[in-house]
Amino acid sequence: MINILDTIMQGLLLGGLYALFATGLSLAFGIMRFVNIAHGDFIVLGAFASLALIQWLPMHPLLTLLIVLPALAVMGYWAQRLVYNRTLGRDIMPPLLVTFGLSVMLQNGLLEMFSGDSRRLDAGDLTTASIDLGGGLAIGVFPLITLVIAIALLAGLQYLFSRTAIGRALRATSDDPEIVQLMAVDSRKVYGVAMAIASATVGLAGVILGMTKAFDPLLGPPQLLFAFEAVIIGGLGSLWGTLAGGMVLGVAQAVGFRFDPGWGILFGHLAFMAILLVKPQGLFPKTRD
Amino acid sequence: MSLLRTRELTGFYGDFQALFGIDFEISAGEVVSIIGSNGAGKSTFLRSLVGLNKVSEAMVEFDGKCVGGMAPYDIVKLGIALVPEGRRLFPSLTVEENLRLGGNPGRSGAWTLERIYDMFPILAERRKSPGTALSGGQQQMVAIGRALMSNPRLLLCDELSLGLAPLVIRDIYGSMPRILESGAAVVVVEQDIGQATRIADRVYCFQEGRVSLTGASSGLTREQISDAYFGSHH
Amino acid sequence: MTTAAFVVERSTPAARAGLNTGLALIIAGASLPLWAGNDTMITLVEFFYFLALAQMWNLLAGYGGLISIGQQAFVGLGAYSLVVMAVFGGVNPFIAVPLAGIVAGVVAWPSARILFRLQGPYFAIGSWVLAEILRLVFSNYSALGGGSGISITESVSAIDEWWRDALSYWLALAVGAGSMTAVYLLLRSKQGLALTAVRDSETASESIGVSVGRIKLQVYLASAIGTGIIGALIFLTKLRVSPEAAFSMEWSALIIFIVIIGGVGTIEGPLVGTILYFVLRNFLADYGSWYMILLGAIAVIAMLFMRKGIWGWFAQRFDVQLFPLQRRLTIADDKAPSGQPSDTQKHD
Repeated sequence: MINILDTIMQGLLLGGLYALFATGLSLAFGIMRFVNIAHGDFIVLGAFASLALIQWLPMHPLLTLLIVLPALAVMGYWAQRLVYNRTLGRDIMPPLLVTFGLSVMLQNGLLEMFSGDSRRLDAGDLTTASIDLGGGLAIGVFPLITLVIAIALLAGLQYLFSRTAIGRALRATSDDPEIVQLMAVDSRKVYGVAMAIASATVGLAGVILGMTKAFDPLLGPPQLLFAFEAVIIGGLGSLWGTLAGGMVLGVAQAVGFRFDPGWGILFGHLAFMAILLVKPQGLFPKTRD
Repeated sequence: MSLLRTRELTGFYGDFQALFGIDFEISAGEVVSIIGSNGAGKSTFLRSLVGLNKVSEAMVEFDGKCVGGMAPYDIVKLGIALVPEGRRLFPSLTVEENLRLGGNPGRSGAWTLERIYDMFPILAERRKSPGTALSGGQQQMVAIGRALMSNPRLLLCDELSLGLAPLVIRDIYGSMPRILESGAAVVVVEQDIGQATRIADRVYCFQEGRVSLTGASSGLTREQISDAYFGSHH
Repeated sequence: MTTAAFVVERSTPAARAGLNTGLALIIAGASLPLWAGNDTMITLVEFFYFLALAQMWNLLAGYGGLISIGQQAFVGLGAYSLVVMAVFGGVNPFIAVPLAGIVAGVVAWPSARILFRLQGPYFAIGSWVLAEILRLVFSNYSALGGGSGISITESVSAIDEWWRDALSYWLALAVGAGSMTAVYLLLRSKQGLALTAVRDSETASESIGVSVGRIKLQVYLASAIGTGIIGALIFLTKLRVSPEAAFSMEWSALIIFIVIIGGVGTIEGPLVGTILYFVLRNFLADYGSWYMILLGAIAVIAMLFMRKGIWGWFAQRFDVQLFPLQRRLTIADDKAPSGQPSDTQKHD
């Protein structure tokens, strides 16, 4: 019984990490129907950027967010303006394959710069501490913090979208990128801003990933798949669905892992396929017409 | 001096040439109707004026400056606003958000949220509803209000009456005097000849991408317009 | 006023020359084991299987509009089918290779039922999830060697070495030339016309009675079967199968590079792309990561500025088609024979 509870709790907490991974992917698709195959590699890039900063000037990994987030946001903005915007259109192939090419470039670029060794962002006691809940149950402090960060991020984005002028412009551009221009909104710039926000969340996801587990330059693709599965399970275009999707994925992985360490990720993928089979619109499909 | 003038304006709808050299002008404070059947090029013409369709620089002159080929988000800041065909409200924005976004060009002038609500009181009641949850007529009011929020000097209206009941159409056009009071010139694209001649000072008839007739609405007979509308061999 | 006759023609001079050259090359190529060295044969085997893989992806993505980045699922399935049949079932490995295609098809069918629920770009990532599932299943299946893989050497050791190499080579030649021919014939058939219609506009195709779902399923299955056969062949020559190698993302990366650079949605494109890939690899493979970065950069640039690849550009520039698919309308002058009545339409 304790085991089952423990497994489910670990899985739910893991969901926070996956929600962090998924947010940027979900934003980019929600606003500009853009799917970034290099999404996972950008997450790993965020982790390496933090690592490089720490190597240059020793500091707590969370402090590197002050530089990693703006840096990724700026990079995302210009990647959108200079590259991705050229690929948008009726044909879905260019954005997919351009970002696929970027994915290969990023992985090998990181390999060249940092070698294939496994790294970790050292955050001292923070990542090992746990809270004893009694009865043999304990939860890690850091996974809990991660979940709180994920919830805060989603709440912040919710606020941004529903209450601010920029959020209004983002939603309007997503609705009708042509007519929004008649409101003095340059939709290409709005796309840039959307990607900047998405990329900042990717940077956040990267630093948290680096503090949670070991990473190497080739770890991007699995993170893309986790993010993707969380988005689809949760329901396309639903911000909070992303968190639910991440949690379902996390629990499935934790259960699989309990059976056999080799089965954790496999169970996650299988849960994704099962949900796609019985509920193709995801758990919380966007109901707005 | 005219507020807006086009010279030999040509335009394409997809791969098809839709406009073959349109000469058009409108003065400040004037109301001009463009009539013509489906496919005559009316919408393409309005889209060209606001930059949604690409034209070359000299084809459109606004307030003495050539503005052809400018981006739509810059043209609106000069004071040309469009109420697009089919209204095109933003479905994920409420009525009020749609209107506020219309004020984004940042032009000062008579139109504010309060004045729009004053003109269309029903919108004040429905301010929190999603724009697309409203009736067709109310949606058209939002679309007009959204365009007015940019305090345009020239308001372009594309088929305001499309799909609306006669009574609703009367209400919508009933707002015209107040719009003119604010000093804006208005171009109205209409298929309904009666409506078009009633409100306009002057009329342009479009036929297959060309101006087939133009003149003061009081000086044109119904037969002349009908010929220009359908083609003389009709 | 003369009446102009429009002649519908499909064959072009370049195409006839291409067909003849192709046939000559295949015949010359078949005799290769008799006179060429081992290195040449090994390189050519690789060339043919990359060509065939590229052609299968091109069929799927370029014509079917199904952009998959998980074709390694079927490469690996083919490889493990070979293991099961040849190592455990005692089937002659050269017979197991074509049978591996059936296994790939059998797995592809239910997979398509699920993956087709994903729209456009998400289908791409879904196809990758499928490949990962298979990789993880085989990694955890210890009877087939688990994560460290399994050797198939003993199942081929009974065959004389020269014959083994020659048979592998002929099989590769057949797979390479066969994939080009199969895709060409498919596209010329009625199915091919429907497929092109679907690629151009799904809605319009539905309205003229083409079942978009069925056409896409057929293309997906055909591509999976082809890729499965190729996968079995690849690992027959590598003699060792491991989940990491068989279900490697690199297969998709290389295939996609080849097709993009050569020209997606053209039959000639994969051939041009494969040649270019081998040239690049020959000069640059020693540069490791930089080489992969370069391939990625070329693909990105091609997708941004030369969407139809080298062949697409070339064909447009010089109006050449080696594998004519379009029915062309040409205005026949009055002296020219009017051809079959069914081919000629009077226009007034």
